[in-house]
Amino acid sequence: MAAPLTLLLIVAVTIRAVLFRSSLAELISARVEVVSPLNAWKRVVEGLALLDLGVSPYSGDVFHETPLMIYLFHFTVDYAEIVFIVSAYFVDCLSCFLKPLDRAKMFRKQKYALESDRYSADCLELLRSPKEMFYIPLKVAMFYLLNPFTILSCVAKSTCGLNNAIIALFIFCTLKGSALLSGILLALATYQSIYPLTLFAPALLFFLQRLYIPVNLRRSSFWFFTLQYAFMYVGSLVVITGLSFFLLGSWDFIPSVYGFIFSVPDLTPNIGLFWYFFAEMFEHFRLFFSCVFQINVFFYTIPLSIKLKEHPVFLIFMQIAIISIFKSYPTVGDVALYMAFLPAWSHLYRFLRNIFLVSCVLLACSALFPVLWHLWIYAGSANSNFYYAITLLFNFGQILLVADYFYAYLRREHHLTHGLYLKKKDGTEATLVLK
Amino acid sequence: FRFPSPIGHISTCPSLIGQCCKTHPGSFQEELVIRPLHSGDIYASFQFRTLWDTDFLQEGQKVSHYRLFPKSLGQVLSKFSVRELHISFTQGFWRTMQWGQPFIPSPPGAELWVWFHDTVSDVDGNWKELTNVLSGIFCASLNFIDLTNTVQPSASFKPLGLGNATDHRFLRYATLPREIVCTENLTPWKKLLPCGSKAGLAVLMKSEKLFHSSFHSQAVHIRPICQQCSSKAWELRQTLNVVFDLHTSGQGKKEWSLFKMFSRTLTEACPLASSSKVYVDITDNPEGELFELSPATPLLGQAVVLGDRRTYSVYDLSRAETFGQLRSFNLLLRWKGDSGDMLRPLLHAERYVAGFGLQTGEIHTVIYNNHPYRAFPVLLMDSVPWYLQLYIHTLTVTSKSRDNKPSYIHYQPAKDRHRPHLLEMLIQLPPHSMTEVTVQFERALLKWTEYTPDPNHGFYVGSSVVSALVPSMVAMRTNFTQDQPLFSSFVPVKEESSYFVRVYTEPLLVNLPTPDFSMPYNVICLTCTVVAVGYGSFYNLLTRTFQVDEPSPPLSKRLANLIRRMRGVPLLT
Repeated sequence: MAAPLTLLLIVAVTIRAVLFRSSLAELISARVEVVSPLNAWKRVVEGLALLDLGVSPYSGDVFHETPLMIYLFHFTVDYAEIVFIVSAYFVDCLSCFLKPLDRAKMFRKQKYALESDRYSADCLELLRSPKEMFYIPLKVAMFYLLNPFTILSCVAKSTCGLNNAIIALFIFCTLKGSALLSGILLALATYQSIYPLTLFAPALLFFLQRLYIPVNLRRSSFWFFTLQYAFMYVGSLVVITGLSFFLLGSWDFIPSVYGFIFSVPDLTPNIGLFWYFFAEMFEHFRLFFSCVFQINVFFYTIPLSIKLKEHPVFLIFMQIAIISIFKSYPTVGDVALYMAFLPAWSHLYRFLRNIFLVSCVLLACSALFPVLWHLWIYAGSANSNFYYAITLLFNFGQILLVADYFYAYLRREHHLTHGLYLKKKDGTEATLVLK
Repeated sequence: FRFPSPIGHISTCPSLIGQCCKTHPGSFQEELVIRPLHSGDIYASFQFRTLWDTDFLQEGQKVSHYRLFPKSLGQVLSKFSVRELHISFTQGFWRTMQWGQPFIPSPPGAELWVWFHDTVSDVDGNWKELTNVLSGIFCASLNFIDLTNTVQPSASFKPLGLGNATDHRFLRYATLPREIVCTENLTPWKKLLPCGSKAGLAVLMKSEKLFHSSFHSQAVHIRPICQQCSSKAWELRQTLNVVFDLHTSGQGKKEWSLFKMFSRTLTEACPLASSSKVYVDITDNPEGELFELSPATPLLGQAVVLGDRRTYSVYDLSRAETFGQLRSFNLLLRWKGDSGDMLRPLLHAERYVAGFGLQTGEIHTVIYNNHPYRAFPVLLMDSVPWYLQLYIHTLTVTSKSRDNKPSYIHYQPAKDRHRPHLLEMLIQLPPHSMTEVTVQFERALLKWTEYTPDPNHGFYVGSSVVSALVPSMVAMRTNFTQDQPLFSSFVPVKEESSYFVRVYTEPLLVNLPTPDFSMPYNVICLTCTVVAVGYGSFYNLLTRTFQVDEPSPPLSKRLANLIRRMRGVPLLT
C-alpha cells in the first residue's frame, strides 16, 4: 500500500510542477470554470497590493477573501505554489486515512448486524469484505490527486484548494472522534465560506453514534452533547471572527465576504446556476430569488439528516455534493472534492441506474465549457446562451449523479434488511419501486 | 502688454468699492482670437468675461438685482454654496499634435467639476441637485451624472480662483464622454451673455456653421477672483473654441474670412462691453509672406501665452473706424505660401485599449515629453467606471524602456454600482521621451437592465487628465493686469519659469459581454427546472420507501371482482 501511494504522490507532484512552470499556468488561472471572484489568485495578489498601497483591500469590490487568508499569504505569497500543492496533499492524505478508520467500524457493525439477524441471510454478497476495501484509500487518493479538476484548480492557485483541505481535515478529525478539533475546523471552514455550516448536522450525528447516544429529542443526554458541540463550534467561530477584526481593525470584511456570498452582486460567468439567472432577473424579484436560491442550499440538511441519521458519513458526502452544486460561486475544485469520495461507495455500483449517462454528460460538458466560452467571448460567433446551456447540463448531470448514489445507497440498505432476491406474492422475481 | 488704451474704456474703481457696487456692479469684456493652424485649418476662440463685485455667499445679503451677471447662474451659486464651477461641452477631439495647445482645454463630451464652500454639510446631496439644475439650464443630460461616475480627485483639480482650500472632500468631478453637443446646448449658453446673440461678437455664433467643424467646445467657468486684491469679485467666463476644417468648408482655396467661417460679419460691439476686440495671431507671418490680412490694422499686441511670446494684430470693435464705410467688419486671411513645420507641443498624451476578446484588456496611456533637455513631473488622473475592474498590481510605468516608479499614487478602488476607480499618479517624465502607463482590467457582466439600448456600441471610459507645469521658453507674467487679453489670463501663473497645461486623452470605447436580452423568462424557467429536478429527486428519495411492486389487476378483472362482490360470489385472484 505504501509503495503505490508514494508512486501516486510522485506522479501528482510531477504533473503539477510541470504545469506550474509551463505557459498553461497563466491560461488556466484566467479560466472562469476554475476560478471565481471568491477564490481567484489574481484577486489575492491584488488585495495584497492594495494593502501595500495603504488602501484597505475591502474598500473596493475586487477582494473577497477572509482576513486570515491575508495573514497566510502575506508571508507565503512567494511560495504560493508550494502552499497549494501541500494543501492538495492534505486533502488526499486525509481522505485516504479516514478510510481505514471507517473500515474497522464498519466491519464491527456488519458483524453485529448479521449476528443479531437484522440483516437478512441472503445478502452476504452485499457485505463488504476487507479484501475489496483494501485498495479504497489508494483509489480515493488517486481520484483526488489525478482528477483533472483538482489539477486545474491547483495550477490556477485557486484558494478553493485550501478550503477543500480544511474540510478534509474536519472530516478526518470527526472520524477520529475528537469533538473539539472537529468543532474548530468546522468553524474555520464556515468562516472561509458559509456553506459548510450544513456539515454541523452530520458531524453531530457521527459523534452521537460514536458515543452511543440515541438521537431522541426527549433525551437529556442528546441535548447535553449537542449543546457541548454547538458551544465549541460557535465559540471557535467567534474567536476566529474576532481575530479577523483585529487584523485590519474594522468589520469591513463581513459585507465584503459574507454579504458578497449571499447577495451575489458579481455576475461573472461560472459553472453554477446563479450568474445568468441573476443577470436576466427582473429587478422586482431579485431579493426573493436570492433568498430562494440561498435557502435551497441549507434546506436539504434537516430532511437528509432525518433519513440518514444512521449513516453520517454518507450524509457528509451528500451535504458536500449539495453545497458544490448549489453554492453561489462554484468551481471545478468544489466538484473535485465530492468526487474524491466516490470510490468509497464503489460497492454501490450494481445499484446505480444512470451512471453511464451521467459520466457521458459530465465528460461532454467539461469538454464543451472552454469551447463555447471561446466562441462567445473571443470569436463572437456564439452568445451567452450557449455557455449557459452547458452550465445547465453540467449541473443537471451532477444532480443526477448525486441522486443516483443516494438511490443506490438506500436500495442497498433496503436489501440488507429485506434480502437481496425478493419475490412477489406469487413467487416470481419482484421489482422494487419507490412508493 | 503694449497696447494703446481705447477710447471709452469703462474702468472699475477699486478704492470706492461700495459706491462702485451701486453704480457699476461689474464689467463685461469680450474678445475673439483667430489663430491660423499649420494644416490650413483655422482656430477661433471666443471669450466673454463678466465680472461682478458682490459676494453671493455672504450671510444676510440677498442678491436680487442682477445686471450683467445671469440670474440663473447667480441663484445656482448661492443656493448650492458653490465656490467654483467649471462646465464644458465638447464635440470632437482636440488634436494636439496638429493644432498645438488650446487656450482652454476640454475633453470630448461633457465635463463638470465643482468646488463647494467648506460650510456645506452634505456635498453629495448638493452635487446631485446641482447637476440636475445645470441639466435644465443648459438643456443637456447632465442628470446622468451620479455617484457611479463622480470622483473626488485629490491633486489634479486645484481651485483656479481665490482661496487655498486643499480639502478635496469639497471637490466633485464628473465627465459624460457620450454626451453630444448641439444647437439645443448652444442657445441657452448664448442666453447667458449680457447682449445675448444680438450684438457684439455673439452674433457670429450661428449653429449651422459652428457645428460644421472639426472641433467645437463651449464652456462656462465661474470662480471668485480678487480685484487688485482688495475686494472679492465673481468672474464668469464663457468660452467657445471652434476649429474649422479647410476642406469640408468647401471651395478648397486656402482663404478664410469671418463670413466664410460664421456666415455673418460684425456690425457693432456689444454696448454693455467695456472692451470688445478681435485678435489675429500673426507670429508666423511677421513680414506678411505667409498670408495676407485685410483690413489692415495699425494696432499690434504681444502676449506671452502657453510659454510662447505671440504677436497679434488687434481690431478694436469699440472704435467706429474698425467697421469702415459699410458698417460691417469682415476679416480676410488669404494664404500666399506654404507654412513650414509646426513646433511640436511640449506635452502630449494618447490612450488606447489593448487586448482581444471580451474578458480582459489593458489600458495604455502614452505621455510624450518633447522638451529637448528638461524633465518635469506630470500628474495623471484616470477615472475608470466600476464595470472595468482594474488590477492595480499590474500597473507598470516605463520610460525609455526602463521602469519609472511614480512618486505619488492615490488609488481609490471602485465599489460595484457605487463609485468608479480613481487613480492619480505623479510621474517624472525624462526629457525627450515617451512614457507608457499600462494597467490590466477585467470586463464585468452587468444585469440586463444596466445596459444602454445599444449595448454593442460599447461603453465609454472618460478621458484621462494629464496636468503639468511645463517649463517655459519665455518668462511668464505672474501679475494680473486689467488690460491683459482674456486668453492669456485664464490660468493663474504662480512662477515665471513654467506654465500650467492640462492635456486630455481620447476617451475609450470598450465592449462588454452581453447576455441575451430576449431571454429573461426562458432563463428563469430553465434554471428553475434544473433546481426543481434536484428538488424532485431528493424529495422522492426522502419521502418514499422501497416496496415490492405488486401490479394492480387490469380494469376488466377489477370490474369483474366488483360484480362478483355484489353477487356474493368468491373473487378472482
